[in-house]
This record gives sequence, structure tokens and C-alpha cells, in this order.
Amino acid sequence: MNAPFTRLLAALALSALTLPALAEEITVYSARNEQLIKPLFDAYTKETGVEIKFITDKEGPLMARLKAEDKNTPADVLLTVDAGNLWQAGEEGLLRPIKSKVLNANVPAHLRDPDGEWYGLSVRARTLVYNTSKLKPAELSTYEDLANPKWKGRLCLRTSKKVYNQSLVAMMITEYGEGKTEDIVSGWVNNLATSPFPDDTKAMEAVAAGQCDVTIVNTYYFGRLLEKQPNLPLAIFWPNQALKSKAAGVHVNVSGAGVTKYAKNPAAAQKLIEWLSSEKAQNLFADVNMEYPVNPRVKPDPKVAAWGSFKPNLINVKEAGSLQAKAVKLMDRAGYK
Amino acid sequence: MLFALAITALVLAPVVVTFSSFMRIEGDILGHLTEFVLPELVVNTLWLVAGVGIGVTLLGVSLAWLTAMCEFPGRRVFDWALLLPLALPAYVTAFVAIGLLDFTGPVQTWLREGWGLTGLPEIRSRGGVILVMSLALYPYVYLIAKNAFATQGAVALEAAQSLGLSRWQGFFRVALPMARPWIAAGLMLALMETLADFGTMATFNYDTFTTAIYKAWYSLFSLDSAAQLASILIVFVLVAVVFEQRSRMKMRYGAVGRGAASRRLRLSAVQAALAFAYAASVLAIAFLIPVAQLAWWSYGVIETDLDSRYWMFVGHSLLLASLGAMLVVAVALLLAYAGRQRGGQAMVWIQRLATLGYAFPGAVLAVGLFIPVAALDNWLIDTGRAWFGFDGTEILKGTLAVMLAAYLVRFLAVGFGPVDSGLHRITRNIDEAARNLGLSAGGLLTRVHLPMLRASLLTAAALAFVDIMKEMPITLMTRPFGWDTLAVRVFEMTSEGEWERAALPSLALVVAGIIPIILLTWRGSRDAH
Repeated sequence: MNAPFTRLLAALALSALTLPALAEEITVYSARNEQLIKPLFDAYTKETGVEIKFITDKEGPLMARLKAEDKNTPADVLLTVDAGNLWQAGEEGLLRPIKSKVLNANVPAHLRDPDGEWYGLSVRARTLVYNTSKLKPAELSTYEDLANPKWKGRLCLRTSKKVYNQSLVAMMITEYGEGKTEDIVSGWVNNLATSPFPDDTKAMEAVAAGQCDVTIVNTYYFGRLLEKQPNLPLAIFWPNQALKSKAAGVHVNVSGAGVTKYAKNPAAAQKLIEWLSSEKAQNLFADVNMEYPVNPRVKPDPKVAAWGSFKPNLINVKEAGSLQAKAVKLMDRAGYK
Repeated sequence: MLFALAITALVLAPVVVTFSSFMRIEGDILGHLTEFVLPELVVNTLWLVAGVGIGVTLLGVSLAWLTAMCEFPGRRVFDWALLLPLALPAYVTAFVAIGLLDFTGPVQTWLREGWGLTGLPEIRSRGGVILVMSLALYPYVYLIAKNAFATQGAVALEAAQSLGLSRWQGFFRVALPMARPWIAAGLMLALMETLADFGTMATFNYDTFTTAIYKAWYSLFSLDSAAQLASILIVFVLVAVVFEQRSRMKMRYGAVGRGAASRRLRLSAVQAALAFAYAASVLAIAFLIPVAQLAWWSYGVIETDLDSRYWMFVGHSLLLASLGAMLVVAVALLLAYAGRQRGGQAMVWIQRLATLGYAFPGAVLAVGLFIPVAALDNWLIDTGRAWFGFDGTEILKGTLAVMLAAYLVRFLAVGFGPVDSGLHRITRNIDEAARNLGLSAGGLLTRVHLPMLRASLLTAAALAFVDIMKEMPITLMTRPFGWDTLAVRVFEMTSEGEWERAALPSLALVVAGIIPIILLTWRGSRDAH
């Protein structure tokens, strides 16, 4: 029991000495990885003088950590890479609602929490990628159509354990209900050319090698793969563009952030999130990973823009969180591994 | 005894946290998992455990016998080189194996396009997982069994031959049964690691009990259900440990003598060539090819990714692994020693419970450890605030002490296995003789036991060192701000699927992990002469 008290005394002495002189500081818990956020934080510190301490981990452990630390968490901001986890953080009471005109103006309504607990900061579009030597784009239409028996043995998918697929299925539930969605997912499973892959890149490589004709992936994986191997016979198809129902549009997810409930410096935390959504920061935030800016006034990176424009799905992304558990169970029942 | 209890209490903290989840049962989630998920993955898990168990035993024992007892070309190199796969995280081997052998990989592409061959066995399958895990984990058995053969094999075998047994009979009826506690110790480590593995299973998309634990937590947002499943896994492991120990409890083991090195078995030219080919192919598949692939990928990203911070990552990794390994070995020795001095059923249970941390899925253990630490911290902070106006959010959290304690809980089994089986090899007669010569208990430890245990202690330290280097979830959760390590770098890259960029920190991890392995064999070989 000696060490903690020594440490306590040392901390007391130290805080008494240094507190008044300390520059403003924010602490961020981030599930978005270091190489994607550090350039932004460095730019913010340079511009405002506010120091940012951060620690990275997976969302699950970060949330468990916030919960265990309770009132004494050092974290001011929680940053994650999908809406489901942000929604869950809100559910568990780990975030505090904020009111911000800046954020309401910069972030479209369907990409933020209606109660203001979290805000999307970059958009990740999940779309179809097909083999150009085996398919004409006219043969493709929607995610749902991939359940059609005509695709038997021609579909590759990433594992259902990845949150991106869980969100996609959750969004389908909002339109079709569980029964019909389960039929669609079972249709996909029946059409699989091979067992599901651990990541999007592997699924696209299988499409390029001719093991299957089409797959569902996030666009930035496509961008990364083509940057390395520009000659692969792969192209993007934007699905669900002609639909008129709620299921219309390409499925999108966000990477986003919220202020923690027990933030020591909530005002500064809010400022950081506002800055991240601003025109200055959005390109830095999205382009580094070939994602789409959330702020509609900011244009995507030219490389990303070259894939063409698309109509996104407009259901609020929080549904991805509230229906995620249902979606996962549904995929289990359908035998989607 | 008091010390042993304290250590057990430390390990039991996360166990209690995990088991306390049963106070909050979410019926719908457990019901769903039981109906649609568990039946298949229980079968999967049993296959995996059986397959890897057989795989690591066959590979580990045969290679240990060859390098410890026989003479063939390259034996001196294989002796230490066959340990190298330990430095390579299993999921890396898995990723490389799939990259090379899957439909899109170079091997199948070449066979398909050059020869029109299709319908080859799928690497992403049950057989593939078992193969990769066996290749990644056999060194646990190899290392510990080699020690056993090296110290007693030759004499035992000679005795057997003098009684008219053939070489093969001598191996199967004398040397192998005599080495059983050591083989079992290595096997238990390999199987506990297999059960707790998440990374390799995710790479293969092979569903085991542990992947269901993560599904409950990350996908169904129920940490409690995850903890309940983890508790079931822990109980299962505990039962297996008890069963294994009971089955050999009545046997007593003692050293028969030393001096294997001078009397190695002569192999015929054909046998020697086969031995070489066998050892060389295991080494190539389990280590050389994956490392060559890592080096190739690293070469591609070295300009953009290798910056001055790498020295810091390497420094942090080495420092944490060395401190952690020392702590693990010291505690393992004390715990094993307490068992020797005290004995008794209570002590056996204390030892079993104290080494359970290794069977936990890493992230579950990390949370199980973090919750009590944070609770204690909250209490300290609140008290500090009330009494001294303390203004801060961390006292214990984010200190190296907590991080090292967490490593101890996780890896005590890795240190305890070799040390305890080494201690078993020192007969009671030696103790009595030493005592009769007037040595005190302390003198017995420092002047008799420690020198005799040196090889076991080095083994324990090396195993703990490489395991801590590779460890991810505890490091992520308990590291102080800015304390990034090589394993953290691997996490940063793989979390967004950037495997090629993860190659650089993985390779650095391997290179740094080789250091203790080389030290180990160097000291070990000095001991043998």
C-alpha cells in the first residue's frame, strides 16, 4: 500500500506546483487509429495552443474503461469509427449532450445523434465492387438483389463479425423488418462463392482473381487496394440509386465523436469537435483515409471524387446502433459467419 | 504461504469481476447464443483443441528428441532456431499462410494458370487453423521437452537398452513416459493459448468459444454475457488442469543423471538426411517464410513509416518485457517453492488458481483487471480530494506498476510451468543431503536449487519475455499516455486492415524477441557442458 500513497503525495505536490502554469489540455480516447488522428491533433495544437493527450484502443475496451473510471475519467472526448459504438456509448450514459450551432450547421442531421450526444466527422460509404471483365454494371442494381439466385456462386462477402456489415443489415431492418431482411441475408449466404473473408481487401482480391464476381466493401479499402495495384479489373458500383423507399441510397456509416459525461474540460472538448467538423479540418480528417468529409461544403479528395457521386441513404445512422444486436442475431440465424 | 495467498488474490480479482457478471444475466442474448452460435462452436473448439494438442505434441516432442538426443547436420543451429516461431505472433503466421495459400495467393494462382489445377484443399478451413496454430505453438512443447530429454534422456535410454529394449522401445517405454510432466506443462501452455486466441481465429474467420465471447461483447454490446461465457471457459480450463494433474499425481519423478551431450544417438546417412529435411521444413514454414514475407512488406513501407519514434517503441517493448519477465519468474519461483515446502491440497489449489490468467481471452482479462484498479483509484481520488483537495483523475491507473501487475496475472502460468516442473526434478534426497550437511533453508535455495534450476528459470524468463512483447489487449488498456510499444503499433495498423504496414512493427517485434531466445540457448548450452 506504500506506492499509491507515495504516488498520491507526489501527484499532490506536482499539481500544486504546476497547475497554474499548465497550458489548456484535452484528453481523447480514440478508436480511430493513431496515424489517422495524430496529424489533426498536431494541427489543432499548432493553431490553438491546446495540448491533446490521447490513447487508442478498440471501442469495447475504451467504453468499458470510461464506465469503470466513472467520475474520475481523464477523457474529455470519445472518438470512434462507427455509429453503432457511438450510439452504445450514449446508451450507457458515457456521453453528454451538447448544443452547438456550428456542429448543427456542419454535420447533416442524419449523421449525428438527434439529442446531440455525438456527431459524425467523416463518412464511410459501403458499396459494391465488381470484376469488370466478368460483369457489366447494368447487371447490378441493389444490395438486396445480391440475394437473387442468379448470383449463386458469384458473391464474396466479408465476415458478419465486422461492424460495417452489421450496420448495413441493421439499416435494412428499418425498411424491410426482420423477416424479409433475414430472407435477403439467407439469399446472400446461399450465393456465396467461398466462406466469408476476414477483411474487405481479401474479398476484393478474390473478386479480382475471379473466385467471385462482386462483393460489398467500404470505398477506402477499394482506394487503398487500387493505389497499390492499379491494374486490377475492379470497379465501384453505387447500389440502390433508383429506389424510392427508405432503403434508397448507398449505405453510409460515420466515424465520429462525442464529449464524455464527466469531461473535465467540456467546453474545450466541444471546441475540438467543432473544429474537426470545420472546413479547415475536414479534408485532413477524411482524406488521410480516403473517406468522405461529413461537412457538405467540403469536397472530397480528387482521388475519391473520381469514383463518381452517389445518393447516400438518409436514415439516421443511430439506427445502426439501436438495431445492431438484432442484426447480429439475424445474421447468426441466417448462417452468415 | 502468505505470499502465495497474496498472488492468488491478485489473480482472483479479475476472476471475481468476471464471475460477478452472473448477477446480471441477459437471457435473450444467452438464449440466442445457446441456440444459434454455441452448438457449432463447441464442436469447432473441441476439434481445435484436439488437433492443436496432437499437432504441438508430435512436432514438439519429435523435434526435441532429434535435437537433444541425435546427431545430424545442422543440429546445433536447429537447436535454437526451432524456438524462433515463438517470437512470431500466431496471427501473423496465419495472415501470411492465407496470403500465400488461398485462392488468390501465388501458389494456387500458379497452379491454376500454369497447370489448370483447381479444387485444391482450402487453407481457410478447420485443418488450416489447426496446422497454423500447431506450427506457431509447438515451441512451448519443444523447449520444455528438450530440457527434459537433455538432462535425463541418454542415461534412461542406456538403462533401457541394457535391459534389452530396442531404441524405439526405449523411447516409447522409458524416455517418453519419464518426460511426461514436462511435455504436459508445455502442452497446457499451448492449449491455454489456443483457447484464448482471438487474432488467429479472426484471420481464419474460424468461430471458437473465444470468438463468441467477443461477439457478445463487441457486437451484441453485452460485456456481462461475454464475461459469463469467459467464466465457463475458465471453469473448463480449471477442470482440465485438475484432470491432467490427477492423472500423474501418483508418479514421482527424479533425475537419473546428466550428460546427454556426449552420447548422442548415431543416425544412418538416410536417417540424418530425413531428420535435417524435417527440421528444416518445420523451420521454413513456421518461421522463415513468414518472416521473409514480413520483410518484403516492410521494405515497401520503410520510407514512410520508419521514423525516430521506432527506437522509443522498441525501448518500451524491451523494457516492459524484461521487467515483466523478471517479475513473472521471481513470483513463479516463489510460488513453486512455496508448494515444495508446504505441499498439501490447499497449496495445490492456490497454484492452480494463481496460474489461471493465461486461459483468459486477453481483452476480457484486461477489463477484469481494469475494473478493480479503477474502483480503487476512484476511492483514492475521492479520499484525496476530500482530505487534501487533490485534483486529478489518475493515481494507480496509467502507472507501470499496474501494467506489470497485469502482465504478472496474465503470464504467471508461462513462468510457473517450467519452474515447477524443473523443481520437481530435484529429488527430496538432495534436500535431505544438503540439510544434513548443515545448509539452512535459504542456503538450500541459493546454493543447491537455484544452480540446478538455472535452465528452467531461463526458459521461464524467455517464454514470459516473448509473450509480453506480443501481448496486445492488456498493453492497450493499461499503458500510460504516450507509452506506445511495438505491439501497439501492430494494433494501430491491423485495426484498419493495413497488414502490409503492420509488417514493420511485427518484424521489429520478431527481431527484438529473438534476443532472449539466443541468450537462452547460449546460456543453456554453456550449462550443458
